[in-house]
Amino acid sequence: MSLAEDARRDLRLAGLTKRYPNGFVAVKSLDLVIPQGSFFALLGPSGCGKTTTLRMVAGLEGPTAGTIHIGDTDITHEKPFKRPVNTVFQNYALFPHLTIAENVEFGPKRRGVKDTASQVKEILELTELTEQAAKKPAQLSGGQQQRVALARALINRPEVLLLDEPLGALDLKLRRAMQIELKRIQEEVGLTFVHVTHDQEEAMTMADTVAVMNEGRIEQLGTPYDLYTNPHTTFVANFLGRSNLVKGTVVGREGTGADAVVKVDMHGTVVTIKASRVHTESSEGWIGIRPEKVLIQPAGTPLDAPGNFFSGAVVSEASYMGVSTEYHLRMPWGQELICFEQNTGRRGGLVAVGTQVDVSWRPEFAFLLDSSQDAGAGIEEE
Amino acid sequence: MTRVGRWIGRHLALALGLLVLLYMYIPNFIVALMSFNDASQSRNLYQFQSFTWDNWLNPCAPLGMCESLRVSISIGLLATIVSTIIGTLAAFALVRHRFEGRSTANLMVFLPMATPEIVMGSSLLALFVAAGLGGQLGFWTILVAHIMFCISFVVVTVRSRLSGLDSNLEKAAMDLYANEWQTFWRVTFPLVFPGILAAALLAFSLSFDDFIITNFNAGQTVTFPMFVWGAAQRGVPMQVNVIGTLMFIAALTFVILGEVASRRRARGKVSAR
Repeated sequence: MSLAEDARRDLRLAGLTKRYPNGFVAVKSLDLVIPQGSFFALLGPSGCGKTTTLRMVAGLEGPTAGTIHIGDTDITHEKPFKRPVNTVFQNYALFPHLTIAENVEFGPKRRGVKDTASQVKEILELTELTEQAAKKPAQLSGGQQQRVALARALINRPEVLLLDEPLGALDLKLRRAMQIELKRIQEEVGLTFVHVTHDQEEAMTMADTVAVMNEGRIEQLGTPYDLYTNPHTTFVANFLGRSNLVKGTVVGREGTGADAVVKVDMHGTVVTIKASRVHTESSEGWIGIRPEKVLIQPAGTPLDAPGNFFSGAVVSEASYMGVSTEYHLRMPWGQELICFEQNTGRRGGLVAVGTQVDVSWRPEFAFLLDSSQDAGAGIEEE
Repeated sequence: MTRVGRWIGRHLALALGLLVLLYMYIPNFIVALMSFNDASQSRNLYQFQSFTWDNWLNPCAPLGMCESLRVSISIGLLATIVSTIIGTLAAFALVRHRFEGRSTANLMVFLPMATPEIVMGSSLLALFVAAGLGGQLGFWTILVAHIMFCISFVVVTVRSRLSGLDSNLEKAAMDLYANEWQTFWRVTFPLVFPGILAAALLAFSLSFDDFIITNFNAGQTVTFPMFVWGAAQRGVPMQVNVIGTLMFIAALTFVILGEVASRRRARGKVSAR
């Protein structure tokens, strides 16, 4: 493929919209730039529009409005078989009547590549499928089928590889192994991977950049670290991991620049939150703190806490989970907060249910979200 | 329980299965046996008299039998080809496209199968007569009637195969640079083909076998089932058993070949290319 030197072949979506004939809008004017060579995840609950977005990029569905570009090439209305894009389907969609080798060489053959044998050999080696070349898909295990789907797409060296819940059908152990495998292959081939998933852990372990989608929109985009530590909406705060959200009233601002903080009254105690972590303009807000950032200590004993401090909480529940313990803390104002504590052994046992405890967290870990948002948004019901 | 009792218990299902199979195949064995019957000396044609090769050496001896067979086979082949093409296209439309009146169409396709043949045969005759074809009853009216009732069976058979087919496979083919034409011939068709083949075999046997509808619309033309029916009034010539045996062997060969092919496919031994 002849590309202009140095031309960035980023995948760019502009104003991309999908409205179905029944009036349902699956994707609402999406603007997104996915840098060339990155491992990008579209994360969201089912029905958030992530798969529809993927299908529009693949050309399997036509957008109602908006454009799709790779570099300077407009592919919005290009036929799927003319796009430099390949897809790994959710249930692999391997051709059952063809052998593994025939499945893999399907793409190159259609593009008129004459000698596919060496390419097939190479890609089967990369995906550790050499032994399976002559078998039919039905004779392979789930993990092997997954690798065939990957090999069948990768052999074409697409500019963008789309992965639609590629690990959804695998069991937990295999999924972990394949996550590492996928990441390795992506680094090896250096293609742009766009990975659609509802599994936040999967998105966070593999992707460089994650876009959290909800109801056809992107809620927040960033590195897994940024998204987790500094969520901008209650949806992101709850969908990625868990969060304690407590109602608070802004009472003042102090400092400037990087040192700027916002003072928030939280049920009688004033807590400070860094201005860069405040995501509301109103005077009310949800103070958010991740459970593992919450520190507890039985009342009366010293607590390492240079910051926000509360007393009068009672342990209402303690679930021991081996590596950590999950405590539920009933706060004086009646709300239950969650606290994860690593079982380092320093306490020499668990804090018993009913114990009065002091609660604290470092101010730099807290964040403030808009009070108009639903504190329960993004909590997945099992 | 005694040892014998246990042995019976273990083998009862197998024994019953074999009995049922025997029950199903005895008529075919009798037909095969009777095809070697020398009936020339006897008045009772339904009893085995003595062994002869004559029936097999002169299968066309009974007047008009082979002519009726030729008619049945040609109608069968033509009806199969036409109904398979129309029925397959209809099945694709019904499964793959959303259109106004689709569920009604699904029901309408099914109805002819549920209609008693005697009703269908007489109403077809009424139709042909009303259309002024009363004088031309024969090969072509039989063919039209056969195509008509075969289509339903083809649609139903192909439709079930097609609806079991993951439509993501076609999307995957398109994603892998196959255009619409290549997608159809390399992915869709090979996967639906077993259904189409089954439908064609079914159509042929339905057409070849049909007596009631044919009898209404045949005019002076005599198909094989009509010949056998007519001959049975006087005593069936033994050569009918020869034809019966040949048909049975042909069907058996088809089934065995199909089985062998599908087993070989399942073992994935078709890679040499």
